[in-house]
Parts: sequence; structure tokens; C-alpha cells
Amino acid sequence: MHRFRYAALTTMLLIFAILLAACTTVPAAPAESDADAVATEAPAAAAPAGAVTELRITWYDDGSEGAVLRDLLDRFEADNPDIRVIIDTVPYSSGILETLPLQLEAGEGPDMARVTQLGGLSKYMLDLRPYLSNPAYWDENFGPFLAWMQTEADGNAIPGFMTQLTVTGPFINRTLFEQAGVAVPSDASDQVTWQEWVAAAREVAAATDTFALAMDRSGHRLAGPAVSMGATYFDADGNPALVGDQGFKDMAQLMIDWHADGTMIPEVWIGSAGSYQAANEPFVNGQLAMYMSGSWQIGQFNTNIADAFDWEAVPNPCGPGGCTGMPGGAALVAINTTKHPEAVARVMEYLTSEAIMNEFYARTLFIPGHLGLAAKGIEFQAELPQTLKSLQVFSSEVGKLAPLAYDLQAYKYNTILFNATRDRLTQVFTGELTLDEAIQKMQEDIDAGIAAAQQ
Amino acid sequence: MTREPRQAFTLPPERVTLGARLGHFFYMIYAGLMSVIGWVAEPLQRWVSMKNMAYFFVLPNLIIFGVFVLFPMLLNIYYAFTGGTALFPQDRPFVGGQNFQQIFSCTNFLDPNSCREDRFWRGLYNTVFYVIFQVGGMVALSMLTAVVLNRSIRGRGFFRSVFFYPVLLSPVVIALIWKWILQRDGLLNALLVTLGMERVVFFLNANWAVFWVIFISIWAQMGFYTLILLAGLQSIPHDMYEAADMDGASRLQSFRGITLPLLMPTLLVVLVLSVIRAVQVFDQVWVLTGGGPGTATVYVVQYIYETAFANQIQQFGLASAASVILGLILLVLTLFQLRLGRQSDIA
Repeated sequence: MHRFRYAALTTMLLIFAILLAACTTVPAAPAESDADAVATEAPAAAAPAGAVTELRITWYDDGSEGAVLRDLLDRFEADNPDIRVIIDTVPYSSGILETLPLQLEAGEGPDMARVTQLGGLSKYMLDLRPYLSNPAYWDENFGPFLAWMQTEADGNAIPGFMTQLTVTGPFINRTLFEQAGVAVPSDASDQVTWQEWVAAAREVAAATDTFALAMDRSGHRLAGPAVSMGATYFDADGNPALVGDQGFKDMAQLMIDWHADGTMIPEVWIGSAGSYQAANEPFVNGQLAMYMSGSWQIGQFNTNIADAFDWEAVPNPCGPGGCTGMPGGAALVAINTTKHPEAVARVMEYLTSEAIMNEFYARTLFIPGHLGLAAKGIEFQAELPQTLKSLQVFSSEVGKLAPLAYDLQAYKYNTILFNATRDRLTQVFTGELTLDEAIQKMQEDIDAGIAAAQQ
Repeated sequence: MTREPRQAFTLPPERVTLGARLGHFFYMIYAGLMSVIGWVAEPLQRWVSMKNMAYFFVLPNLIIFGVFVLFPMLLNIYYAFTGGTALFPQDRPFVGGQNFQQIFSCTNFLDPNSCREDRFWRGLYNTVFYVIFQVGGMVALSMLTAVVLNRSIRGRGFFRSVFFYPVLLSPVVIALIWKWILQRDGLLNALLVTLGMERVVFFLNANWAVFWVIFISIWAQMGFYTLILLAGLQSIPHDMYEAADMDGASRLQSFRGITLPLLMPTLLVVLVLSVIRAVQVFDQVWVLTGGGPGTATVYVVQYIYETAFANQIQQFGLASAASVILGLILLVLTLFQLRLGRQSDIA
């Protein structure tokens, strides 16, 4: 019996040992194809395993930028075998907007992350200034955008750089306009009002059995048209003040009307409660005459639509307050819980070097967030006339942005403001609130959110 | 004369089946585990006496319960009295009952628009509506299905499997499948258009969205409760029905006089389980409608999730206060049902 017990125990221990062995970390195999390279990990460097510093980037993709970054980092790793960078690609909404802030608050963040909530997450960002060999280069080329990443209004930290500068604005499906025999309003005038655009888009939709208009479900996307309609968003003291903001109310009313009369595709705002929702799919599928989004869509339209139909960006429609979109963008920032700030700074310096940035912007078709390159101009790696024209339109929109649009983008708590406008306005579309009630609730949500953030 | 020692009977290796080998393998694991437990438990039993050994056997489960259930629950109650957006309790300022005050700040509790946290109240009212109709509908349908499947009908085994099959699917898979069926260009609309009817965008109409949310959850869960009720039905002695039949009772009278009273304990279990599950509704609806249109299918758990995690400013205190309120509602419901159960046992 004892012999049996020992045999059984030996078997148990053996299984336990196998299980333990199975749980150990296995070094990643080198990527075999481009697709593998996008997945996450870099080929293991030739340096001895113990000497390699491993850095992680939490990243999201609008188009092909993850693959471009991987390619650039592979070259960096070949020259710097002591650093290995792993890209963790996550979905934008659930990964970047929802999970990353929690990770950062818990002190479990990555070494670097690509984020869009620049002010909101600034308290988790690392100031790279002490680790950079030439901070003046950063001030010179990224200065205005660094202001969006400060914890204090007069801060001078260098947390990271803009992977892209974005401008919101509309795209149109010119093929649908042609099929409907409707003239594209911006062909005849530089200053077309929202109402004129919508009237034309409605005609197109009626003639082609499509939808006239869609806007990404985002308070940020709404802000450009609202400022164009005369919205002020802030009071004299610089605090958010929506009650009594007639321009904002006028834009909100237009949105209500467009949902009520079927101008806007309802799935985007009404059918997606509680979260950001892009409307790129119906546009790519040729179901939309006009789509209010932004410059970051160009890369994926270049790939996903290509020349299936004629698409292009058009200048932002006008209102009493001007013809503005919203600036914005994504930044790759260092996170202050990193254990390897020097290594992070080396990666950042490599990525922001002029030649690498030029290649990154040229291949990703992003509007440059590097002032030197923006002044010189980027030779984008695209052949489609639709793509080149759209890039040109958005580049020229940068100069037309209203000062208030920049103020809104730089406002630390802008995501609270944008989310409140987005969610409460949706409740008006479904009849749960009147517009006045909704604006009152927006203000209460904003005040409560800011109070909680400041507690 | 010396006798040969008796050899144990063993099959030649080629006749030992894979099943037997696997059985032996797992028996070895089991025996090894028991040996290890024996080596620890035997001296322990000698030391603390057999009477006190029970505490040692309960201890592992108590530790797991304490760490993963009791401690988070107490932490949640503590968070409900704190404010700010910091994650760790030591960084959170104590704000007293401010979060509860915010939730209960209403001029008219029946009008969510008059409440500061109107989304909590909308979520709560939606949840109450959902519980009444989902649980009511599901218990009735499960009962009906169980009664039918308890009779000797052709293909009974097949139908039992068919009704149980959705229970095996993940809520997310169920939601995605139905989303594809019900969306604007989905299967159902294709069918409607083929039949010459108008396309219906189900998830953009509050009434349709609520209907489908309830319908789908009944479809997904009723197999489980049907199985429980079927087991209850099969435990009722058949001779009682024979006696009733001999006494001239109709089928309806047999159902009311025999089936329903004897099935009551099982029915109560089904009711308790389904109510608790219905109050916790979240994942399936989150994927299916996201809570829309507007807030028509936002339930209280979704409100808690969004307040704590999905919003840019994560208000853990407010979310914890809401979950404490939800916990109290569940506690009252469970106590009420337990009381009903005791009364039914006495009866």
C-alpha cells in the first residue's frame, strides 16, 4: 500500500512540475510576416537576454499606423539591441478611453501610450525633459501641442509628441452627388452654410436611396459645428457654461431636427447609448452622402474605399460663428510609472527625429504634428487623387480653426464636457428630455464631473 | 510442498483499453491527492480532535469567501462614503453620505427627470420593469415547456436538447447573433421585406428594444429553468395523478391540486434564481443595445458600470453607493422569497 502511495505521489509531483513548467515565460519567436509584426512583438534582439530592457506601448489603430510604427521600431531595435519595444494594440473605445485610465490610476500602466485625452491623463504623464538630449528641438517643433498635455496651465513638461494632428471636418461621396445630379455646394463657394450642405445632401439621399448625413457620436465632433453656429461653451471666467449659450442651443436644435426628419442616420447617435461611435462604416459602404468626421479617416478610406467611388474631404460648413472644425489628435506619451525613463526617452528621441517623423506621417497619411515638417510639407505616400485632395483640404483647414476651438481642445476637462453634451443630446433625440432640460442636465453633469475630478 | 504466491490477475497490455488507462491515470492523481491530504489531516486530527476538524475543512472556503466576496463587499461599502476619482482607498476623501444624497436628490421619485442622478432612477425603473416581465414570462414559459416535455410526446429527448441548447451559449454570442438578426439589414428585416412588409429598425424604437431584450433573455435562459422544473415534475409520484383520475378530476384540477402545490418548492427556487439573475442583467444587453435607444434599456448594473469605469471621470464612490442600494434591494427581495418559501414548506 505504501508503495502505491509513493507511486501516486510521484505522479502528482510530476504533473505539478509539468504544470509549473508550462506557466513559465517563453521568449517570443521572431515575427515571420508583416501581419505578425503588427500583432505586437518585435523580433528578439541579438543582445543577451538579461541586458535587454523591455518597453511596452499601449496603442490603437485608425488605419495602418501600428504597422508603420512596428517597422520603424524594428529598425530602432536593430541599432539598439539593449531595448525591445512591445506594442499592445487595443480597441480605441474600450482600450484607450475606458481601460487605460484605470490601469494608469492603479499604477499598472505601460511605459508609453497613444492617447487622445491629453489634458485628462496629463497627471499620469512623465516629463521627459530631464532625459532628452535636446529639449529645445521639442519646444521648437511640438511647442503648441505640448500645452495640451500639461497638468498646470503654465507647465512646461515634455510628456510626448503628436503622432498626428487632426482636424474635424466633413467628407462627401461625390459619386452619389453626381448620380443624383446635385451640384456639390463647395464647388461653387468657399463658404457654404450647414443648412445649404444639408439641403443638398438630402436631395442626394432622396435620389439615391441613401442617408444624407452622419456625424460620429462624439461631443468633440459636435463642437466644431457648434462653434461655427456661435457657441461660446465658456463663461467670462473660463468655466464651462452651456445654459444660455444660444449658439450651442442652435446647433443642438439642428441635430434634433436632422434626427427627427431622417436626415441623419439614426443608428449612430440614437442606437449607441453611452459610448463613442464612429459612422465610417456606412460611409465606406456608400450609404452616406455626407459624413462629419475628421482627417484621421483618410488613411483607412484610402485603403478601404480606394477608388470604389469618389470620396473627398470638403471645407467645414459655416454658420454665424465662422466655418471651423476642431483641432485634436493623438499623442504618444511617456507614462510616469515607467521603470526605464532613459530607455523611453531614447525611443521617443528616435521616433521624433525629423527623418523618422517624416516617414511616419508620409506612410500613415496623417497631418503632421511636427511644426518643422508641417512648414516643409510632407510628400505623402498616396496615389489616389481623392486621398491627396482630402489631405490638402484638411491641411488648409488647420489655418481656419477658430481660437475657441483651440481653447476647447486645450481645456483640461474637455472630455467631461464633450461626453455630457453627447449623452444628454441623445436623450433629446429619443424624447426622454426636452432640449432645455438636456442643457440643464449637461451643465449639472459637467459641474459634478469637474468637482469629482478636483476632489 | 511450497505454494506459489498468488499473482494478481492482469490483462495483457494489448487488451488494456484507452479508457482503462485514463481511468487508472486519474485514479493515481486522486490517490496522490488523498495521500497528501492524509499526511496533513491525520496528525492534525490527532492534535485537535475529530470534533474540531470540521473547522479546518471549512477554513479554505471561508478564506476564499472572505477574500473574494466579504472583503470586496466591505470595501464597496467604504467606497460609497468616499469621493474623488482616486482608485486606492487611502487616497479617497471621506464625504459621508454625499453620494447617497446625490442619488436620492429628487423632487419627484416617479419622474426621473426631476432627479439629480436621473440615469440611476431610469436604470432602476427599467430594471423593475425587466424583472417583472422577464421573470414572469420566463417562469410561465418554462413551466409550460416543462409540463409538455414531461408528457410522452414523440421526439421528447430532441426537444429537451433544443430548449437547453441556448443555455450553453455565452451571453455575448447570443447578443451578437440576435443583433445580426434584428439590425436594419439583418435577417428578420430581409424576411419582412421579402414578404412585402416595411423594414423595422428594432433597436431605434424604445418599445421594440425593450421587447427584444426581454424576449432574447427568456429564449437564452428558459432551458435551464425548464430543466429544473422538469426534474420537479418527475419527482411527483404518478399514482397521485391516477388517484385523481379515478376520482374524476379534470387535467386542470389535477394541475392545480397536485402539480402546482407539489412543485411549489422547485418553483420557488426557480423564482429566487431568476429574479437575482434578472436584477443583475448587464452583459447581454450591453452588447445588444448598449442601453439604447437613449436610456430605454439601461439597467441599474450598467449605470453602476458606466459611472465607475466607462466615463472619463470615474466616480467610484457614486457607483459604490448605487451598488449598495442595489444590494439592499436584492437582500429584501431574497428575504421576502425565503419567507414565502418557509410558509410554503409549513403549508
